[in-house]
Amino acid sequence: MPMTEEEVFEKVKETLVEALGVDDEEVAPQATLTGDLGAESIDFLDIVFRLEKAFNIKIPRGELFPDNVLNDPELVQGGKLTESGLSQLKQRMPHADFSQFEQDPDVNKLGDLFKVQTIINYITKKLNDS
Amino acid sequence: MRWIWIDRFVEFKPGNLAVAVKNVSLAEDYLHDHWSGYPIMPAVLMIEGMAQTAGILVGQARNFAEKVILAKIARAEFDDIVTPGDQITYHAEIEHINPEAAATKGTVLRNAQRIGRVDLMFSHIDQNLAGTEFPQENFVFTGQFRRLVAPFLKPGTDDA
Repeated sequence: MPMTEEEVFEKVKETLVEALGVDDEEVAPQATLTGDLGAESIDFLDIVFRLEKAFNIKIPRGELFPDNVLNDPELVQGGKLTESGLSQLKQRMPHADFSQFEQDPDVNKLGDLFKVQTIINYITKKLNDS
Repeated sequence: MRWIWIDRFVEFKPGNLAVAVKNVSLAEDYLHDHWSGYPIMPAVLMIEGMAQTAGILVGQARNFAEKVILAKIARAEFDDIVTPGDQITYHAEIEHINPEAAATKGTVLRNAQRIGRVDLMFSHIDQNLAGTEFPQENFVFTGQFRRLVAPFLKPGTDDA
């Protein structure tokens, strides 16, 4: 069932408050999951499980949070994403905002792509496409 | 020796739910240190009891092929204490399971009265920690754990 972005945000917020033990007000659209909200690797799976339940959707592995990007030498060289790495990642994550990251595609900054807004974009599109 | 924090399963529905009990006895050493003169069951050991109940449930759901490791305590709340002579019941259900991980929700009962809630996440570590090598044998599900659940499984579904 289609939902507005605001409705999606409210549910995503509830999900992140439960999964990460953070306060409501910390979950701003521009907050990063790892940097601002303290998410660790297992939390990403927890978030996926909870989103699937909250929105009654299926999230295929790697669709919301791509995996195996860093292990591919064609995609990463010298600690930075190559041009083809960046373009592949953009294709896999149309829900993320790359405008800042692409200025300096340092793998250590990859986490900055995973914002609350990234999840909102993904879910909104998923619900409206179904 | 492994610390086993459940005495036996009383119900086991593969892939779905497991119920285990633990009888708390003053014969157990740790109670004399926690606390001297006022023995109570440590909450952390009740979390471990739930982790073993739920972990065996999760492991059996993949026929003990995966190495199942407790990865996250999503929630642990206890409203009351447990003392020697009490029986603890751990009721665990699988909420979600996929190739990489599982989430369980659980309630803790003392003498059939609900006193706590423990929700956990388990990782199937061979599927998750890319590049990390683990011993081939399943060091998580050794005979002791598997014998606990064997009475509830049909012959041929478990080779414990």
